[in-house]
Amino acid sequence: MNFTPPNVELGGIAPEIALSITALLILVVHAFVGDRAKNVYLPLMATVGLGASIALCVVVWGQTDLQLAGMVALDGFATFIKIALATFGLLTVWLARDYLTREGVEESEFYALVLFAVTGMMLMAGAADLMMMFLALETFSLALYVLVGYRRRSLAGQEASMKYFLLGSFSSAFFLLGVALTYGATGTTNLYERGGAAGVEGVFGFLASAPSQETGMMVIAAGFLIVGLGFKVAAVPFHMWTPDAYQGAPSPVTGFMAASSKVAAFAAVLRLLESALIQLRWDWRPLVIGVAVVTMLVGSVVAVVQEDLKRMLAYSSIAHAGFIFTGVIAANDRGVSGSLFYLATYGLTVVGAFAILAVLAGREERRTRLVDHKGLFYENPLLAAALTLFLLSLAGVPITSGFVGKFVVFGAAIEAGYEWVVVIGVLTSAIATFFYLRVMVVMYMQEPDEARPPLRPGPLALGVIGLTALATLVFGLFWSPLIQLAEKATFYF
Amino acid sequence: MNDLPLLDLVIFTPLVGAILVGFIPKDRVEVLRLATLAVTLVTFVLSVGVLLQFDAGAEQQFQLGSSLQWIPEWGIGYITGIDGVSLWMVMLTTFLMPLGVLASWSITKRAKAYFIFFLALETGLLGVFAALDMFLFYLFWEASLVPMYFLIGMWGYGRRIYAAMKFFLFTLVGSLLMLVSIVYLYFAASGAPTFDYQELLGTQLSLDVQRLLFLGFFASFAVKVPLVPLHTWLPDAHTEAPTAGSVLLAGVLLKLGAYGLIRFAIPLFPDAARDLAPIIIGLSIVGIIYGALVATMQKDLKRLIAYSSVAHLGFVTLGIFVGSIQGMSGGILQMVNHGLTSGALFMLVGALYDRRHTRLIADFGGLATAVPILSGVFLVVALGSLGLPGLNGFVGEFLILLGTFFTYRWWVVPAAFGVVLAAIYLLWAYQRVFHGDVTHEENRLLPDLNVRELAMLAPILALIVFIGLYPKPFLERIEPSAQRIVDTFNRTSVAPEGASVAGGRR
Repeated sequence: MNFTPPNVELGGIAPEIALSITALLILVVHAFVGDRAKNVYLPLMATVGLGASIALCVVVWGQTDLQLAGMVALDGFATFIKIALATFGLLTVWLARDYLTREGVEESEFYALVLFAVTGMMLMAGAADLMMMFLALETFSLALYVLVGYRRRSLAGQEASMKYFLLGSFSSAFFLLGVALTYGATGTTNLYERGGAAGVEGVFGFLASAPSQETGMMVIAAGFLIVGLGFKVAAVPFHMWTPDAYQGAPSPVTGFMAASSKVAAFAAVLRLLESALIQLRWDWRPLVIGVAVVTMLVGSVVAVVQEDLKRMLAYSSIAHAGFIFTGVIAANDRGVSGSLFYLATYGLTVVGAFAILAVLAGREERRTRLVDHKGLFYENPLLAAALTLFLLSLAGVPITSGFVGKFVVFGAAIEAGYEWVVVIGVLTSAIATFFYLRVMVVMYMQEPDEARPPLRPGPLALGVIGLTALATLVFGLFWSPLIQLAEKATFYF
Repeated sequence: MNDLPLLDLVIFTPLVGAILVGFIPKDRVEVLRLATLAVTLVTFVLSVGVLLQFDAGAEQQFQLGSSLQWIPEWGIGYITGIDGVSLWMVMLTTFLMPLGVLASWSITKRAKAYFIFFLALETGLLGVFAALDMFLFYLFWEASLVPMYFLIGMWGYGRRIYAAMKFFLFTLVGSLLMLVSIVYLYFAASGAPTFDYQELLGTQLSLDVQRLLFLGFFASFAVKVPLVPLHTWLPDAHTEAPTAGSVLLAGVLLKLGAYGLIRFAIPLFPDAARDLAPIIIGLSIVGIIYGALVATMQKDLKRLIAYSSVAHLGFVTLGIFVGSIQGMSGGILQMVNHGLTSGALFMLVGALYDRRHTRLIADFGGLATAVPILSGVFLVVALGSLGLPGLNGFVGEFLILLGTFFTYRWWVVPAAFGVVLAAIYLLWAYQRVFHGDVTHEENRLLPDLNVRELAMLAPILALIVFIGLYPKPFLERIEPSAQRIVDTFNRTSVAPEGASVAGGRR
């Protein structure tokens, strides 16, 4: 009897494997080491695991393949996203170490959860099958629900976790319905299944060859998929959970969510819309344009009236989802590379911003209101300067990476002929600037608050702030290498 | 040819200086301001080198610049260079900067941050005038906004936060619309998409598209100039800014708008510029009259000078858009003139404020007996500003009116009326402040200008007289460049006539 072993290639999920093993090891090791050692070993292990997964990504950079029975795509796009995700994970781990020590929270599971979340997000980036995508979505969402409520004694944290969980479940249901409809429409849930006449089957192959009257069901399915992912990227009108979850979560987690879960969800959006469903672009575009415009408007306008810094950044993160959608609308090469560039640089900036907030908020995050930071510049000029840099980047002022990000996605939309969307985009970003300026007014132009306890940022937190600030400047001035990488990050199809 | 990239050195010396100043301990105020003064002086000396190397009769439009690849993926380069217009703008900036440092002598609070922002601002401004890549230009344009925002907001007077916010947001909205136009232009380029200004110059666009893109640029530049009705940020920003901030706002920042119109809006979209010129000329005239009338009514000296800027910049845009070489050269020269006179006026008001901590005209009176030198200097500068023959303002305004006469004959009448109004508001203010009896006892013993203040005013006074008597060295460098721009402006449609009809013209 002949037995042919299945040809298993793992290049596409090697980074995920490395992370899962590390996460499991962390869970085992924490049982055996004392509290003091935990403080050192666990973050170190997480760092090694994330570093290894970055290395494994770099090794497969440039390869294109469909692996694990067509479930996972190994392509430049997935690898680019995975490297970004692992980087954000790394920064979060470092940041969390100082934060958890300060708050005195049980920390073992934290690192494991972050690693599991990153694993799920990475799978999302490479998912070539809608079922795979759904599993990935659930994996990272579950980890995030716990992380959001990690401050068990905080009411706000519990509320945030609950809200995020309930609304997240809704969004999963929408997504699943979209998957089911896709199966009904095309007879498969795989995006690029190999074989068939055209060399590629699956959803992509179906749409490439089907006559237009047969794609109606797929359009509806696409709508549900977009709604499901719209929750995760925090697009209006699916953004209701965002301000509460962002405010209630521990600041390092908020930064991680803002950066990573946006990247992961947009990875899925981009792979679906720009690759698998590109044939349907005339059908999904109106919907996405509507979402983009409303998201930019609501995010920017509502941010203006916020008094809490974390809430403000939550709305700003909503607005940024809208800006990235303008790159999605373009549906051209510049749109994809621009969105990738935007996601990577926005993530770095927002992690840095929340790193500073974690330091500023003090023990138990009592001081997150805007008025708590009067005259910060006079007490801690470097922190204030770094926060200013991040805010300017979020506002899209030149020489920061945020400007370049807006520039490239808006440029792509103009190339595709959607100038009017861009005009709305720049006007809303002018509105949003008002809030960032308000923060600067408070930090620079008002007299210092005497009652503020002195800030004691830990060395790792300072390191994260320094690195992200540097990245914000470097990618704002010399962004040629990064945009080159983003341009090479092409899809399997 | 000299291989030293002198122009780029001029641009980045202040930035390097700002970084170096960052290492000086913050309580050593003396050292901080001397270091800043040294940096600005070095920059000025370097820029004099640029002036000496500049060849007015050169064949190519731009000189002394450099061109480097920067972000080839998006067709962005580091391209600099100057012509007769930007030459004087660069000179004006480097000239006013050291004087601005002298005017900042009373800044002792948070002096380190102040001087860092100050130097960063200089690099931003110089970069705007020298950039020949649209992306690079936009970068400098926006980047110069941030230091000014902090200068107004942190060291300004009473309503500084409101003024800083208004300044930033007004300018930002305009700039962002310009950015959309720039990116559109990038994709419309005839060859491969590029941001290179010189390659974009020949881009063929239908009149409708030109008009929209022109309006995008105009939104940005008209706010900066400022043209009525977009001027409302100016009185607030100028009044609340610290003295040196006002000097730079009036002296250099307002020139950014006019410079942008000359360098970008007109040459890139000549048809739209010609098409919309009557409207802009109308707005300029309104600005001249309105600014002058409002200035007459001001009780605050700084606000008065701020509104006088609206009027003077109205002359500049008038000269730029009448489409004659005299108007264009006069407009450019008037930009320099206004930078000098309004800068000096703000310094003088600042000096008065340092002595009396008020800027209200009613609080002064009869100062001529107490501070004869100050009042004498004020008179000369005011006369220069209102266009007395023999001083600098006359040359610019005369050329503008002459240029207007060739093309829009009847508009000269209200414009000339604006000159009369300038005489009224300036001389009336002078009379109320310096003449008559001393109405307030505390004014009797005011100290006169000290050596530092004389040192910052003397160079300006010298130039005011020099330009008034012998403007040739300025005009002969301006004219070839101005001629080029006027030719573009007056050239009949770049696109063949049929195309512009198809483009929807009439």
